[in-house]
Amino acid sequence: MEPLLAISVGVMIAGALYLMLSGMLVRFVFGFVLMGNAVNLLIFTAGRLSDTAPPLIAPGRTLPAEPVANALPQALVLTAIVIGFAMTLFLLVLLYRTYDRTRTLDADQPVFVNEQAGTDDPAGPDPDGPDPKDPA
Amino acid sequence: MTHLLIFPILIPMVWAIISLFFRMNDRYVGISAIAGAVVHLVSTGLLLTAVVKQGVTVLWMGGWTFPAGICLVADLLSAVLVVTTAVIHTAVMIYACKDLHTRHVRAGFHSFMQMLTAAVCGAFLTGDLFNLYVWFEVMLMASFGILVMGHPAGRLTSAVKYVTLNLVSTLMLLTGIGLIYGLTGTLNLADLHEKVLAVENTAALTSTAMLLMTAFGIKAALFPLFFWLPAAYPTLPAGVAAFFGGLLTKVGVYALIRLFTLVFVSQPQITHTTLMAAALLTMVSGVVTAAAQTDIRRILSFHIISQVGYMILGLAVFTPLALAAALIYMVHNIIAKATLFLVGGLIHRAAGSFHLSHIGSLYKTHGLLAVLFFIPAFALAGVPPLSGFWAKLLIIYACLESRLYVPAALAAAVGLLTLFSMVKIWMEAFWKPHPRNTLSPDEAPPRNRSLSPWMLTPVICLCLVTVLMGLFIEPLLALSVAAGEQLMDPAAYVLAVKGGK
Repeated sequence: MEPLLAISVGVMIAGALYLMLSGMLVRFVFGFVLMGNAVNLLIFTAGRLSDTAPPLIAPGRTLPAEPVANALPQALVLTAIVIGFAMTLFLLVLLYRTYDRTRTLDADQPVFVNEQAGTDDPAGPDPDGPDPKDPA
Repeated sequence: MTHLLIFPILIPMVWAIISLFFRMNDRYVGISAIAGAVVHLVSTGLLLTAVVKQGVTVLWMGGWTFPAGICLVADLLSAVLVVTTAVIHTAVMIYACKDLHTRHVRAGFHSFMQMLTAAVCGAFLTGDLFNLYVWFEVMLMASFGILVMGHPAGRLTSAVKYVTLNLVSTLMLLTGIGLIYGLTGTLNLADLHEKVLAVENTAALTSTAMLLMTAFGIKAALFPLFFWLPAAYPTLPAGVAAFFGGLLTKVGVYALIRLFTLVFVSQPQITHTTLMAAALLTMVSGVVTAAAQTDIRRILSFHIISQVGYMILGLAVFTPLALAAALIYMVHNIIAKATLFLVGGLIHRAAGSFHLSHIGSLYKTHGLLAVLFFIPAFALAGVPPLSGFWAKLLIIYACLESRLYVPAALAAAVGLLTLFSMVKIWMEAFWKPHPRNTLSPDEAPPRNRSLSPWMLTPVICLCLVTVLMGLFIEPLLALSVAAGEQLMDPAAYVLAVKGGK
């Protein structure tokens, strides 16, 4: 079972890298999600796969009756899933706002390539200046 | 006494929640944030004194002890860095009080900053690898929030670079954690120290070490992984840039120091040699690129990279003295760099631009600002008797002691190039006649804005700290040497975690 999972993790990481390096930021999000899942699978596999009972203790006992699966990797994966979910949402909103402002999500466009973008542009308005729409 | 460990994390978290509720009341939320920062500073000071008195302090969360529980551990390295964090947090909060726009405050700036401080302190204090990952994620989330605040288009595109590269690095970190758990069956750092010695598959162990090194290398902005930093930092408001530039990369450096003194020490010819190469390339590439810049914030951002190289050099040399030097370097650099970014903000206020070609003659119009720039800039370059001189001297001395002549020479040369960049800002911003005023230099420049005492006070205090650290280095030196010995011989750390109960 482990070799099969190891190979699928490898295939998923390869696919994720391909998507991430394509230069389109929406594909980057898909790559990120895929890679996140691959890493979760890897943690799960690294924590040993075993054909045992789930880690539950019967009422009235302090120890499980038989050998149980390792619960820690599952807890780690659960935490990683939750955090990854939040990160993906943030990334999507960020890309949406970026598209809103720049009208492109192609990382090869000048607006992304130009390192000076966003720094002090003497001709343009101060990025931290008072917002004209701000009532205060 | 061990409960002192939780306060540096808990206090900013509580204040973050309070600030979130009162963020519309933008006058009082700033003052309450300063009060919170001062309380936080006091709590970290108490923690440092406790650690100095009692040695390594451990707090088991929820009463679960080794090996099932999760612990916070404070040794000298952690405690000193937590105090430095609190100092910068306080200074930035006072500065931000007048620097920020109302809409940033209403967007929850103070909550984000306080969560960021809590996360930085959490990362410094945790004794568990997975919790280190969680603190890094909290740090990332808070920094993302601050980065996109106000969302001008330029900052959004740089935020995309920052966010994507940092997300890749967290995935690498998570992969490394999964692999090391598979190899050893534990994620407690003190337990890992012993368990990795029993791992037979050293190839897998070293690969995991390199994976984690890459992940933290991205966070610490090591060569060749630093490209997100000069894209993102120059777009931030000055107070935020001071906090980010001063502290966030140092958390990556801290994680590298912790892992490569406590856990991955069995193959130093591979891991520490790689660190050495990365450190030297980081130092040189950062300083050379900085020389080509003309925006103050971009110059400072590239210098962050170059300075991180020195700290990693201290780790790579791997002697007690070198680690002590790395710690002194971190403390000095966090303070000097944060001060420089704040001064950069003041220059922008006074002259109306960050571009060296658009400003000038500040020495005449803002004499105090010239002094405030001079002190951290020359401390950064390593001019005696300021704090940077001792930091650089110790690093070079540690290199020479280990017969590493090329790194020592490079460290000295990079110091000179740093001086070149700082002199460039000095000449252009302070000495050169104002470009709009070249015809009649006696006339005052048109944009002569006065500076608020709220913004000057924290900068003056930080400058004083830099000077005093340089003049009275002995206490910090003694502390750092003790910390270096603690790091090289982790027996006390391991005993405190495993035997302390």
